[in-house]
Amino acid sequence: MAIISTAGLARTFQTKLGPVEAVRGVDLTVREGEILGFLGPNGAGKTTTLRMLTTLLAPTGGVATVAGCDLATDPGGVRRACGYVAQSGGVDPQISVREELVTQGRLYRLTKDQAAGRTEELARDLDLTDLLDRKAGALSGGQRRRLDIAMALTHRPKVLFLDEPTTGLDPGSRADLWDLVRRLRDEHGTTVFLTTHYLDEADALSDRLVVVDQGVVVAEGTPSALKLRYGGSIDASLQDTFLAITGRGPASADAAPVAV
Amino acid sequence: MLLHDTALIYGRYLRQSLRSRFALLFGVLMPLLYLVFFGPLLTGLPLGERGSSWQLLVPGLLLQLGLFGASFAGFSVIIENGQGVVERMRVTPVSRLALLLGRVLRDATVFVFQAVLLVLAAVVMGLRAPLAGVLIGFAFVALLTVSLGSLSYALAMRVRTPGEFGPLINAVSMPSMLLSGLMLPMTLAPGWLDVLSHFMPFRYLVDAVRDAYVGSYTSTAMLYGVLVAVGLVALSVTVGTRVFRTSGA
Repeated sequence: MAIISTAGLARTFQTKLGPVEAVRGVDLTVREGEILGFLGPNGAGKTTTLRMLTTLLAPTGGVATVAGCDLATDPGGVRRACGYVAQSGGVDPQISVREELVTQGRLYRLTKDQAAGRTEELARDLDLTDLLDRKAGALSGGQRRRLDIAMALTHRPKVLFLDEPTTGLDPGSRADLWDLVRRLRDEHGTTVFLTTHYLDEADALSDRLVVVDQGVVVAEGTPSALKLRYGGSIDASLQDTFLAITGRGPASADAAPVAV
Repeated sequence: MLLHDTALIYGRYLRQSLRSRFALLFGVLMPLLYLVFFGPLLTGLPLGERGSSWQLLVPGLLLQLGLFGASFAGFSVIIENGQGVVERMRVTPVSRLALLLGRVLRDATVFVFQAVLLVLAAVVMGLRAPLAGVLIGFAFVALLTVSLGSLSYALAMRVRTPGEFGPLINAVSMPSMLLSGLMLPMTLAPGWLDVLSHFMPFRYLVDAVRDAYVGSYTSTAMLYGVLVAVGLVALSVTVGTRVFRTSGA
């Protein structure tokens, strides 16, 4: 069953230099309980697509439904169904972990007691219990990321959007985060929609990949299917497959200067 | 829901203000300096108004406090945009109007608190004014703060860097202060300046508070002041909410 489906989803920004088509018509379907890796070069339109699907940015074209709610007519329903972790996170470094989590619960209309209870629960699940009374600014990169994700899980969303969740994390924290994402899907059936530039991450974590380039979907399928089709062999690296899809392969040997 | 959300956002930002007590007091410094070092210059001058020179100056300083304080309120949103806090809140079902109202009501609280400090200092300097008039003055400070704060947040959501925001606010607030006759009444101005100042909405607010400070609560100036203040609030809150709802640059 499709939990996210879009048809012709598009966003054009008006700038002084003329219109910029950041997303030119994205058609995609995400099944419930799937971990979807959303890949593409810088500027391909990944974040813009995510911002539209989470109601932060109104599309200038196309339609989409998230968890059965229409993006245009029922943004409130979409907001209740999804959690979003932006690249920059979204906590105030001056505020304590506990206060941020409780306020977040209250923003999702939990009562004070419910919000306090949910905070303890999330802290236990995400290994934040000992950090609850620290300021968010005093957390390490990995701890910060866990807090960002805890914030997004406050209301037990059906869909979790993660925008480059492991950028800047050390290998250990990345591995922890991968486990967390898998656990969310396995234990709660959460659909996870994540963007990343780490192709090993996409390979290890995703059930299916969608590759966008210049604002449109240029390839989709399981990691192995994409490797076979675009990389020439199921043993091809996802790196080569990705470069083949986006047409930005390494410059040919003749073109590269021998010495500078 | 609106009430619940507004209270929540208000509480969050009020706690933020209380964490920086220094900033809380610092805001009152500029009008206080005017009060102490500029106020005494006016005591012997023929200003052509009813009441003492303090009844003329203090209303101007109150609105100056609101004008400069609230128009810079947007700085905090620029910082929060950088941290992703605004987007994180906009992804939740929280009322968009509450995201704005919670913030501007916090600002109104802070500036009315500072206004109280300023009036107390003015009493020490020699201000004598009816209590009702003083309270009306605080109400105007609150209304001015809510409107300017809303506009400031709306602008801050649209600009990317503090470097763009600061000069823009200065370019608007300085002429606003001069043209509304905050320091000296526009009745002293030559005809052209007086006419020009009537296009500056804050002038009506200052005139109304000056009337309140001499106990004339039912004057035409008071009527205009109330109409302009309420009109500004309605307009600014509408603009501000619109920006919190749709903004996504």
